[in-house]
Order: sequence, then structure tokens, then C-alpha cells
Amino acid sequence: MLELPRWQRITILIAVVVAIFYALPNVLSRSTLDAFPDWVPHDKINLGLDLRGGAYLLTEVDFDALEAEQLRDLSASILVLLRQERIGVRGLGVRDGQVQFALREAGRGDQVEDLLFRDYPDLEVSRDGERFVLGFTELYLDQQRNNVIEQTIQVLSRRLDETGTKALTIQRQGFDRILLQVPGVDNPEELKALIDQTAKLTFRFVLENVDPERDRVPAGASLLPTDQVLPSGEPLMAVISDRVIVSGENLTDAQPSFDGGLPVVVFRFDAFGGQRFCDATRANVGRQFAIILDEQVISAPVIRDAICGGNGQISGGFTVDEAAQLALFLRAGALPAPLTIIEERTVGPGLGADSIAAGEIASVVGVALVVAFMAAIYGRFGLLADVALILNLIIILGVLTALQATLTLPGIAGIALTMGMAVDANVLIFERIREEVRNGRSLGLAIDAGFKRAITTIIDSNVTTLIAAVLLYQFGTGPIRGFAVTLSLGLASSMFCAILVTRWMVLSWARRQKRGTRLPIG
Amino acid sequence: MNLIHFVPVEPKLDFMGQTKIFAVIAAVIVLGSIGLFLVKGLNYGVDFRGGTLLEIKTVQAPADLEGLRGTLNGLGLGDVTLQEFGENDVVLINVPRQDGGEEAQQEALSTVRQALEGQVEEYRRTETVGPKVGSELRMAAAVATVLSMLGIMLYVWVRFDLVYGGAALAALAHDVIAVIGFYALTGIEFNLATLAAVLTVAGYSINDTVVVFDRVREELRRFKKLPIPDVLNKAINATLSRTILTTSTTLLALFGLFFFGGEVIRGFSAGIIIGIVVGTYSSWAVAVPLLTLARLRPVAPTGAKPEKVKPAV
Repeated sequence: MLELPRWQRITILIAVVVAIFYALPNVLSRSTLDAFPDWVPHDKINLGLDLRGGAYLLTEVDFDALEAEQLRDLSASILVLLRQERIGVRGLGVRDGQVQFALREAGRGDQVEDLLFRDYPDLEVSRDGERFVLGFTELYLDQQRNNVIEQTIQVLSRRLDETGTKALTIQRQGFDRILLQVPGVDNPEELKALIDQTAKLTFRFVLENVDPERDRVPAGASLLPTDQVLPSGEPLMAVISDRVIVSGENLTDAQPSFDGGLPVVVFRFDAFGGQRFCDATRANVGRQFAIILDEQVISAPVIRDAICGGNGQISGGFTVDEAAQLALFLRAGALPAPLTIIEERTVGPGLGADSIAAGEIASVVGVALVVAFMAAIYGRFGLLADVALILNLIIILGVLTALQATLTLPGIAGIALTMGMAVDANVLIFERIREEVRNGRSLGLAIDAGFKRAITTIIDSNVTTLIAAVLLYQFGTGPIRGFAVTLSLGLASSMFCAILVTRWMVLSWARRQKRGTRLPIG
Repeated sequence: MNLIHFVPVEPKLDFMGQTKIFAVIAAVIVLGSIGLFLVKGLNYGVDFRGGTLLEIKTVQAPADLEGLRGTLNGLGLGDVTLQEFGENDVVLINVPRQDGGEEAQQEALSTVRQALEGQVEEYRRTETVGPKVGSELRMAAAVATVLSMLGIMLYVWVRFDLVYGGAALAALAHDVIAVIGFYALTGIEFNLATLAAVLTVAGYSINDTVVVFDRVREELRRFKKLPIPDVLNKAINATLSRTILTTSTTLLALFGLFFFGGEVIRGFSAGIIIGIVVGTYSSWAVAVPLLTLARLRPVAPTGAKPEKVKPAV
């Protein structure tokens, strides 16, 4: 009766050893750890951004902008298709989120429908005689959104971490959001500069014979601003064909460089891009083409000769930094859609270090007070509860480290708080034992009955707190989730410690007593 | 000698004789808190209202609050408030939410940073929450609070029965309202961390109630003929030393956090401290007396006079 079943004793021992094993690296120095063999866990606890400093950016992918752009591209490519087939078209353009147009001649509608069906499987085509309305299918848009998120994550990680050395995390959140967590960055401006440009680079022809001031912009062309400023302060506009000769996707490398002392970006086309650019320039010597970055003309040179070397350079009145950044963007690739920052939190290294120090002191003071209080109130049994408490702390640290869960400042508060709460289970048990002794039971029976009757109460009272903690995790964000994690973990492990560990210790103590010994708390 | 020997196993305090006073106190707490919430309102942090918060360490110590206030309020960003935060060279700057969507908040942050150029030794913290996230967090906070209270009530209902569940919910609401009233009264910033405090209070303060209820049920089985108020008194007294001891240890841990945990944690721990004290009190003064409103025994046992059931609170 004065001994736990064997399987319970073994469970306790295994849990304790494993917890110590995982918790240990947190108190050892790097060099000591490196001396250990590989099978020993080396990971320390994973500190949240609020403790180690860094930036947390929640961004939203602008699917609408992307879809609008795709409709424009679709409209341009349909114009090309219809011209190839020598089919006259009127009023081609994007309206109400759809591409709309009408055919000039009656009777060719079926042919166009077949063409569309052949070339654009992802389109929803509705037709009324010679009038066509086109949109993308929902299935296609869904797939595309997933691709866009994936691609954005890839581009961002290349941009923010070309070398792959920072412990950066970029993950999707919900439908259209991407969360970036970058440790060690305390100036979010630099970070934001790296994400607020999509950096879509295209090479397109300038329509020199259309005057942007007077003429109507023809179908298949757009009015884009250049970097030259008119006396009125407005940028000089240029009429640019929507048809893309080559885009940034066809670049294999880009580097900042100098040309005649001015910063430029030099790049290489891939085989496909080189060939296309060569063909296009050969056929259009004397014309002007434009290099366009995010719907802004950054340079518009005149083609003097076919450009077939596969190399090129962009000079756009850059500063050295701008050239370096543009080169990075071109290497990393364009973002498929613009990103909007909807939440931003940064913690500097100073506050992070202060928080760690404060959290440590607060926890140590809290635990010391509780330990002293228990020892003062319950004497020997209080010390047993204190041992269980320290073990509880080790288990929490061990599990946090093993799971590589993130420890935040509210998380530390959660640990300190559970240290206070954890005692509850022990107090419940001790008070029950005390009562049983008063009711005239013997030592062993009192201990047994005390534990048995206290267990349901312990479970009931902890489950209610767990309910709140789980909901907090579900609905909270960032550091607050850390609190929910440590609180739940602390409660679970405190139940384990009180029901099994304390009981084992109390029983072991009781076994060593002579018959008729009074309980220290009786 | 252990101190526990001085604590009687079963004190004989008459809780059920004080229900009128308890009812008045509970009414004052609940109505007062609701009044404060409606009249004074909560000092919502950037998480819930949107906008920008900066915590800076200034180059000069102490910080020139007046000068900074003048500079920042001249930027056309609305009413920018500044306060010292912990140290005399640490300043907390609150910029209200800007009209004009998500980008406008980012621009406001850039504007503030430019205006502060040269005066800041370290940006300890910047937080910008756009209107979208702000309203989502408000919604999530309300849903989390209501769901956790309902969840706890359901659990008590399943483990005990509807009467106990209802009484627990009333005590729970009392505690949560008291903590919110405390935040309204003190003007402590109400943000995600303080919301965590409210939910923790909801989860933890119910512990004492559950422990007493457990005991009530047990004593009801044991003393089939004792009048209900006496049974309830017995249950409270039997768990009294446990409840006081447990509350004390939790408070000790919280004092550690309150005094040494830093500014960010202070508002959070203050709320839990209040909530736990109120929660312990409400388990005796609200939860248990409410049980008398319903019939706790299926049939009045023969030989005993049917109890006069008197509304307590």
C-alpha cells in the first residue's frame, strides 16, 4: 500500500531523465555542448522575437492587383491572337473585372470561340453573338493564389537572405497573408524597402508615333510615367506597348556595376531571353524600347544595332545603393503580386535583453517565494512539494526545448504563474491528508485516501484553466500564444508532478516511519 | 514547527449568514465596473485600436517630453501621446490610427522616425497595427473571452450539473467584469497581454469555485439532513485553508512578476492579481450562495423541515 505500482515508478523515472536531458543544454555554454557526442540534444530553448529582438511583419498579398494585371495581359495577348487571325475587333479592354470585346464582322464568333477554347483553357467565356466577355475560372484563380503565395515566399527568402544564414521564417497565414519573422533586425525600414517593391522588370517597345499629350492611347498600349519630370512637376509620360519583349524572368544574373563612373546594373539573359531580345532588336533598329520596373519607365534607349550578346545593362540615374538593390531584386526575381504590410512589430536588442533579465529575475523571485512559503507552512512535506515544483520547472523547460516551441516574455510569465498554481495540487492533497488524520485514520490510510479524494478536484480545477489557455492560443497572436503554451504545459506537468511524484515521495517517507508516527502536517 | 499546525482543519465561519452583505458588495463591484467601462472606457492599446506605438530610449536623460510632444504633435498625425515608461529616458509614444488604410499607418511610422532623427539612442519597440488587423484582434478578443467562459460553464455543467454550471458562470462573469473594471479604473493599457490576463483570471478563478463545489457535493451526500446553508458553510470552511494557501502561493509568484517582470508584464500581472483575489472571494460570496436559489437535493429528506430557499444574491 505504501508503494506506487512499478509501471508508475518507471514512468516517473523516464519522464524525469528525459526532461533533464533536454533541459540541460539551456544551462550549459556552447563550448561545453560542442564537446558532447552527437546523440546528446544540443538545442537551446527557442527565444521569441520579443526576447531576442527582431522584426515581425504580417503582409497581405494583393490578389486584386495581380488579377487586374493578368486581365490586362490577357487583353493584350488576345489582341495579338486576333490580329494573327486577321479578325477585326472593337472595344477590347478590361471592364468590371473582365476582358470584353466585340468583333467587327458578323459570323466569325464561332471561330473566335474555338480559338479561345484552344489557347485559353482557364477562361470562362460568355458570348452574345459577336460580343465576348472573358474571365478566369474560380478553379484557376484558386490554384494561382496558392502558387503566388508559394512563389512570394521563395522570392522573399531570396531577397531577405541571399546567403541563407539568418534564422528567418516566412510562412503563409490564412488565405492571403504571409508572416515574416526576421531576428536581429531593429530597423524595419530596411526590411520594408526589400518587400514593398514587386520589382517586375519588362522590356517593351515605345510607341513613338503616339503623342501622350494629345492622342488617345490605342488598345494594347498603356500610358506610363518616366523618370523625367516636366516643369509642372508632373512626370513625363510615355506610351508603351503592353506586349512584353523580354521580362525579368529571363535574366540569369544581375550585378551592380559602373559605366563611365555612373552606377548601373549589368545583367545576363538566359538563352530564350537572349534570342528573343536579339530577334526583336534586329527587326526594329532605330526604334525606342523601354525598360520598365513596376510600371515606371526607368530608361528608354534607342536601338542602334541588334543586341545579341545576351548581356545588357540598365542605367537609370541610380545611386550606388539603388543599383545594388535593383540587382538584388533582379537576381531574386519579382514578386508575383504586391504586398501590403498590415501589422508590424519590432523589438530592439536592448529591450529584448532587458526582458530576458526581467523575466529571469521575476521567475526566480516568484519561485523562491513559493518554495520558502511551502517549506514554512508544511515543513518536511512542503520541501517534498518544493522538489516536485523544481522538477515541474525542469519538465516545462525540457518539453519547450524538445518541441522547439517559442519562449516569449508572456511565456516566461506563464511559467512563473504556473509555479504558483502548481502548488495548488499539493496543497489540496496535503489538506485532505490532514483531514483524514483528524478523522482518526492511520498514516498509510490517510495518505492514500488524501491522494484519491484530491485527484478529481485537481483535474476539475486544472481543466477549467486549460480551457481558457487553449482558447487563448487559438485566438491570440505572437507572444501571447507563448503564454498559452507555457501555461498549458505548466498545468499538465504540475498535475503529473503532484499526482505521481509528490505521492511517491510522501509514500517513501511514510514507509521509513515507525508505526504510530504522526504526520508532520497532522 | 510547521505553520500549518496553527491553521485549523475546519474553521467555523458563517459565510451563509452574510449573503446580504455579499450581494451588496457584488452588486457594487459589477455595476461599478460596468459603469466605469461605459463611462471611462478602456485605454485600448495599439493591438485593438490600430495605429502606431513606439518605445524609444532618448539620447538625453531625462527625456525632453515637452519638446518631443511639441515636435510630434506638429506632424499632423492627430493627437500623439507621450509618457515616460519605466525609466526617465524611455518614452512611450502612441500615434493614433491614421485615416487612409494600411499604407497610411506605415507612412505615419516613417514620418515619426524622421521627426525623431538624432534624438533616439535606441528604438526599443515599434508596433504598427493596421485597421484590418485591429478589428480582427478586437473580434478575436471578444470571441475568446465569451467562448472560454461558456467552455468553463459547460465543463462545470457536465461534471456537476446545470445549477452548479450557472452559479459558476455567474461567479466567472463577476470576476471577469471586475478585472475589466479594474483596467478601466486604472487606465492601464488594454492590449493582447491584458486580454491574456482576463482569460487567465477566467480560467483560474474558477478553480476555487470548483474546489468548493466538489466539497458541497460531497457534504450533501454525507449530511443528508443538515439544512442546506449549514452544508454550504461546512464546504466553504473545509476548503478554506486550502483556498487561502493556494491563492497565496499564486499571488507570491505574481508579485515576482509585478515587481521584477518589467513594464510590459506589469499591467498583465496587476490584472491577474486583482482577478485572483476577487475570484477567491467570489467563490464564497457569489458562487456558493447562488446554489441556494435552486433545489440541491432531489426530495426533501423525511424528518427534516423543507428548507426555506432564500435568494442570496
